[in-house]
Amino acid sequence: MGPNGAGKSTLANILMGHPAYQVTQGEVLFKGENIVGLAPDERSRMGLFLAFQYPVAIPGVSVANFLRMAINARRAAENGNGKKIPIPEFRELLKGKMDLLKIPHEFAGRFLNDGFSGGEKKRTEILQLATLEPEIAILDETDSGLDIDAVRIVAKGINALVGEELGILIITHYQRILNYIKPDFVHILLAGRILQSGGADLAEHLEEVGYEGILEL
Amino acid sequence: MATPADLKQLDGMGNYKYGFSDPDVTVFKTRKGLDHEVVRQISAMKEEPEWMLEFRLKALDHFFERPMPDWGGDLGRLDLDNIYYYVKPSEKESKSWDDVDDTIKATFDKLGIPEAEQKFLAGVGAQYESEMVYHSIQKHLDELGVIFVSIEDGLKNHEDLFREHFATVIPHTDNKFAALNSAVWSGGSFVYVPPGVKVELPLQAYFRMNTANLGQFERTLIILEEGAEVHYVEGCTAPVYTTDSFHSGVIEIVVKKGARSRYTTIQNWSVNVYNLVTQRAMVHENAKHEWVDANIGSQLTMKYPSCYLVGEGAHGGILSMAFAGKGQHQDTGGKVIHVAPRTTSRITSKSISKDGGRASYRGLLKIYEGAVGSRSNVVCDALLLDENSRSDTYPYIEIDENDVSVGHEASVSKIGEEQLFYLKSRGLSEEEAITMVVSGFIEPLVRELPMEYAVEMNRLIQLQMEGSIG
Repeated sequence: MGPNGAGKSTLANILMGHPAYQVTQGEVLFKGENIVGLAPDERSRMGLFLAFQYPVAIPGVSVANFLRMAINARRAAENGNGKKIPIPEFRELLKGKMDLLKIPHEFAGRFLNDGFSGGEKKRTEILQLATLEPEIAILDETDSGLDIDAVRIVAKGINALVGEELGILIITHYQRILNYIKPDFVHILLAGRILQSGGADLAEHLEEVGYEGILEL
Repeated sequence: MATPADLKQLDGMGNYKYGFSDPDVTVFKTRKGLDHEVVRQISAMKEEPEWMLEFRLKALDHFFERPMPDWGGDLGRLDLDNIYYYVKPSEKESKSWDDVDDTIKATFDKLGIPEAEQKFLAGVGAQYESEMVYHSIQKHLDELGVIFVSIEDGLKNHEDLFREHFATVIPHTDNKFAALNSAVWSGGSFVYVPPGVKVELPLQAYFRMNTANLGQFERTLIILEEGAEVHYVEGCTAPVYTTDSFHSGVIEIVVKKGARSRYTTIQNWSVNVYNLVTQRAMVHENAKHEWVDANIGSQLTMKYPSCYLVGEGAHGGILSMAFAGKGQHQDTGGKVIHVAPRTTSRITSKSISKDGGRASYRGLLKIYEGAVGSRSNVVCDALLLDENSRSDTYPYIEIDENDVSVGHEASVSKIGEEQLFYLKSRGLSEEEAITMVVSGFIEPLVRELPMEYAVEMNRLIQLQMEGSIG
């Protein structure tokens, strides 16, 4: 958590390897490996995922085709021989994930993020998370721009996915989503540094005193 | 003779899939170059009526008089004296699949056209070396009264019908290359659909060039009587050669009252081919014609499918796509001429330029006085894949009538860093990510293709993108 301009999205982008950011020092360790030199797709195939604050539109490419190609790209990289997911199996998989997130099935045929509302984009990010099954997911302000019902649905989806298989780093500046998700750890980022770390109660405390209150400590 | 430039071009072909050639099974060629004697020879070989020979000679004279176009692409390296204007592959046109030469069958196999599929489809006319060697028409086409034969058979067996329509849509004086085609045409299809008959399956013609320096001058004539419907599809692939090849076709379509037609082309000539094609539809009252035109191959393509809307309520649609890679220039677009009242048209153009390729949209929208209540919409989108590539738009709009509605939109875009980062963050490599953006860009065209062509098209695009990342 952190106020606007604290460096939260910068951190998310750096972790995923955005080409506009240059890492001048330090390491990013994932599965014991420093991934700073890896391309975003290599990081993704290692199991890292970023739900974008502003998801990008890909006109002409349906959500279903996009996800199927992403799965195939990951499989090809994994087992080398490029074994593709059979289409019926993929359909079942996608249908299940859509039901989990209460996304209507006709969404699969829509062009990715093209003309989507803010809420639809964020839900599609979570659908991608659910379908691609990464090991660590960073959710960059996935809750912002969502109405209260959508926050609840997204939170429910996140709760269903998180566990032994998936760790999640949620970036937010509202406490709102934390009404539905109980974090194991809370870190407060300010001016590019982690100012304070704690448990779920830190978020509650933050809600009471605000970032200024934390700063005064 | 291979020049260094040619060899360099071949390098650029990389894994060009259809770059192969078969042993020469040609049985007759005219000598290289062109004069009255060569044209007489062609006409004699085809045992044509006198009027056709006269037409050819008249066209040849016009070709000689007419200057080379000084616009469009660079035709400087096109050596018209170094071309065989007629090549006949075998004595007789094959009537059944069994009669088809094994070499030719092997070529089809390499192209990946399943034999079963060809037989399934309603009449596959395959043009091989300027002539139909394989041509089968399914029984039900006969029953419907639909004629789908080689252009030579059309002239031979349906002369009245042929003569009534031939060169009425594109006269030999239309342009220099239409004149050339009129003089030396060989191969192509003749299609006639009787009144009210709807042909459900697309009529397909696969053809390819197979002799170095062979100019292909196919001529297609399609006639739709009132209320008829047909979809004609042509896809081309060509083997690689080290000297420039030349293709100059003429396609004429007559769409009578209330009829509907569509003509789809997937053009994938190898990148040493000059492809200069004139295609036009004459669209009558309440009739509708659509061109779907995908240009992927060739060194230079100059092609502007056109619709002449001559009857009230006629509609013309042009959906064109051009891919210009290394060393390629695609000068494509469309022309619509509104002559009659309440006619409508839509031109959608999508171009992709890559590795220094150049894609130009050249379009003409003309609305004559009296074409009241006509509407037209033109949309041109260009996608540039790198800094070295080029895209131009030359939209000509001439309107002589006040009571019309015309829209024009043009956009040029580059694949953005954010788009690529987004796709890569999902595990796609840079190449896969670019291919995905490109596929999405041309989706509006691919959606309009018959399924097997859509698959082929996506594969071609994938192929074009492969190995493009350093």
